[in-house]
Amino acid sequence: MKKVFSRPRSLKKVPFHYCPGCGHSIVHRLLAEVIDEMGLREIVIGVPPAGCAVLAYFYLDIDMGESPHGRGTALATGLKRVLPDRLVFTYQGDGDIAAIGTAESIHTANRGENITALFINNACYGMTGGQMAPTTLLGQHTTTSPGGRERLRDGYPIRLSEMLALTDGSAYIERTAVNSPGNIRKTKKAIAKAFKVQLDKLGFSLVEILSPCPINWRMSSYEACQWIEKEIVKYYPLGVIKDVTKRVKEC
Amino acid sequence: MRGNHIVAEAAIRAGCRFYFGYPITPQNEIPEYMAEALSKLKDGVFVQAESELAAINMVIGGSMAGARVMTSSSSPGISLKQEGISYLSALELPAVIVNMCRGGPGLGNIAPAQSDYFQATRGGGHGDYRTIVLAPSSCQELAKLTMEAFDLADIYRTPVIIFADGMLGQMMEPVEFPENTNPKSSPPKDWTLTGAKGRPGRAIRSLILDPVLEEEHNWKLMRKYERIQKKEVRYETFLLEDAKMVVVAFGTAARIARGAVKRVREQGLKVGLFRPVTLWPFPGTVLGELGKKVKLFFVFEMNMGQMVEDVRIALGGDGDIHFYGRPGGIVPTPLEVSRIISSQYLQKRL
Repeated sequence: MKKVFSRPRSLKKVPFHYCPGCGHSIVHRLLAEVIDEMGLREIVIGVPPAGCAVLAYFYLDIDMGESPHGRGTALATGLKRVLPDRLVFTYQGDGDIAAIGTAESIHTANRGENITALFINNACYGMTGGQMAPTTLLGQHTTTSPGGRERLRDGYPIRLSEMLALTDGSAYIERTAVNSPGNIRKTKKAIAKAFKVQLDKLGFSLVEILSPCPINWRMSSYEACQWIEKEIVKYYPLGVIKDVTKRVKEC
Repeated sequence: MRGNHIVAEAAIRAGCRFYFGYPITPQNEIPEYMAEALSKLKDGVFVQAESELAAINMVIGGSMAGARVMTSSSSPGISLKQEGISYLSALELPAVIVNMCRGGPGLGNIAPAQSDYFQATRGGGHGDYRTIVLAPSSCQELAKLTMEAFDLADIYRTPVIIFADGMLGQMMEPVEFPENTNPKSSPPKDWTLTGAKGRPGRAIRSLILDPVLEEEHNWKLMRKYERIQKKEVRYETFLLEDAKMVVVAFGTAARIARGAVKRVREQGLKVGLFRPVTLWPFPGTVLGELGKKVKLFFVFEMNMGQMVEDVRIALGGDGDIHFYGRPGGIVPTPLEVSRIISSQYLQKRL
């Protein structure tokens, strides 16, 4: 019988520890598939964050160097500068990349650092128990915005990807989601594209992935996927935000 | 050559090709020299980071990739780097960090001080760890110790701090660079992240959720620190043979103290100098033995009294310890220090 589906080489035979309905396991799998399909396993180095995905090296059979909270892109800069022919990516949550690591993110993008950031946006701090994140929507209830995020008290959800697109060093930025089969396929394509941009040495690339966190959102897995579609996407629209490869063609 | 330039040149001679830093006085000549010199080398990389935090994390990444890496800063910047120094220690990554200490706390000033002794020798960041701390007291020693720092970092897979001050960084003296250190004597780097070519993926990590395993990791670090304490203690003595009083000082303060000791010797007072070169591991055992013979100790530091605590521990109640300190960036003259030494000496009717 013809084998049509199997575990990617870059994914270990280890059951995921993530909560039911969490998007991390989907993204891990997509990442492993892309690494395999592009033949990158032997040149890829990943940088997991402090956050739910800190244990990514339990699942991915690739070289990984753990980063302090928020410093992933700086650490990846060090790796990439020493080994410019390797493919270096960070895997960061919203609190990691868009709150504590904002300065590192902006300046890494602005230097045009040839790395890829995978930015998992689940609108809360998942690992620490569902506190308000920089990406928490207005009105969204979290453990530190119990009555819902309030504009005057908490400020607005930040659109980091759009901010990074303004830097001249960023080459490719896309926002996707993993709440439906169609969006999952687009996410995989976006990751592959971002890696390609890096291999072509075009500059900083980033894929922001809207990802469900049903446990901290106090929803069922189905409701969480629906909520991404109905609410989060309104504030964080999906699609390509910046793509210098297109611009080159237009010229 | 200027002290800061010497540090940079010594690093390059030791095989360092990657420098990540952020400007702060009084050490700016280090990144400036590195920017120029590394740009002329085919394999040289200089990155001016957006902050000390970013710089130390670039150092972590570079070290994970197996390179000899360095960063430098001065007191307030070193405070910011402490996060990364804790991680470097936990991850067992070699790196060289230079602190050209200035007056503090807070912004303080840009004058020479030794007020970061506790920070350097007690760990500085969070968690149970130690860093090797080398305290040069001349431009020649800046060259020697900077080169040795890279070897020590590689041998023990641990961050090494060069602890000097604005005076040493800015002063100009002739210098002879030692022969290149021998990286071959360092153990092979078979732990680096290079891409999992023909082998399973490798993780360099410090998150160890199981307390039993984390404790084990801590004891492993501890055993390494004990090896360092046994093998790497360094100090210098001056006129100790017949000394009835021992001055203990390090770095710039030791230089001033040496001048003061010469002065009081001219007056016929039997005073010698003990200078720790490694602040950690502290040469406490040697000092303790000295305490069995000599009864009067005089500790001089450019701070409010930090190393004096290590001297007290080392002497374990033996001898009288007198402390003289000038914090805030004040650099006293040998004359000033010699007057205090001789008044102490004469009071005790030695």
